[in-house]
Amino acid sequence: MVVALSATAIVVLALLWEISMPWIDRRLEVRRAKRELRRAGDRGAAYDPGRERRAEQRARELLRSCVNEEEWAMYRDLGFLRVWGNQSDPDGARDLRGVDYAYLIYAHKPIVAYLPQTGRLLNEYCVEFPDETRPYGSPRLPDSDDVLAKWMALQGDERRLILEANLHLPGRQIDPRQVQRDIWRLGRWERERIARALRAGEEQLAEPADG
Amino acid sequence: MKLLRMRPGFGEQLIAEGDVEIAADEQALIEAFRDQLAQGMWAAVPTTRSDGRREAELVREFGEIPRDTPRVIFFPRAAGGAA
Repeated sequence: MVVALSATAIVVLALLWEISMPWIDRRLEVRRAKRELRRAGDRGAAYDPGRERRAEQRARELLRSCVNEEEWAMYRDLGFLRVWGNQSDPDGARDLRGVDYAYLIYAHKPIVAYLPQTGRLLNEYCVEFPDETRPYGSPRLPDSDDVLAKWMALQGDERRLILEANLHLPGRQIDPRQVQRDIWRLGRWERERIARALRAGEEQLAEPADG
Repeated sequence: MKLLRMRPGFGEQLIAEGDVEIAADEQALIEAFRDQLAQGMWAAVPTTRSDGRREAELVREFGEIPRDTPRVIFFPRAAGGAA
């Protein structure tokens, strides 16, 4: 009797196993697919306009807190920064001995070196700051962080940054006409800024002194 | 002192924060600093000159950071781009 019941139980269990296996397989397949989707979702979330906008907003605040007021206004109004070069030592052995030169810093574009006195473009320095941890799939910093990284690296160790960069002649990545136009815009912007400051100073002087 | 790191999709992230005058805090900051450098980050200290002009220094060791600096900013090391 016991043997018969045991045999029946084994048969029932075997049948249940047979019946449930496809169901278990399907469940496992669904879970696997969901996991894949989640992974793909993480990669797919590389571009979320809201997140990127918030990141850029934070980056702008950080940039603003680090650079000079004039530089912040320049970036806000013109979309790029100018940084003066530090290697024009009059006694130096370089080509730029005693000649003022500067860099234009654009977000996610090469740094452009030029001579402010003549507007002549010198070089493009292609440099990136890739974060290979790729928290959202992309190694690219927000635009303003990229600009700040370039600004800090130029300020902190110009030679080191230039050595890391790929050097190209002007026009490799940025249209020289656009750079010339930006240099012209920068000149006009500076003249207007100086004129405004002078007007404000004159108005302050013209105000009658209180008590 | 705050240690901040630029991150894609985030803006800056707080890595560590502490008072360098407190030994335990300082040790935690040193470890966090070294960890970031080991991950290939560059570290910059925003500074203000006596005439008010703002600049930045790149530092390679915790000891190079002025004790009174409020923040250190880490960013990925430069690499030649678009060759």
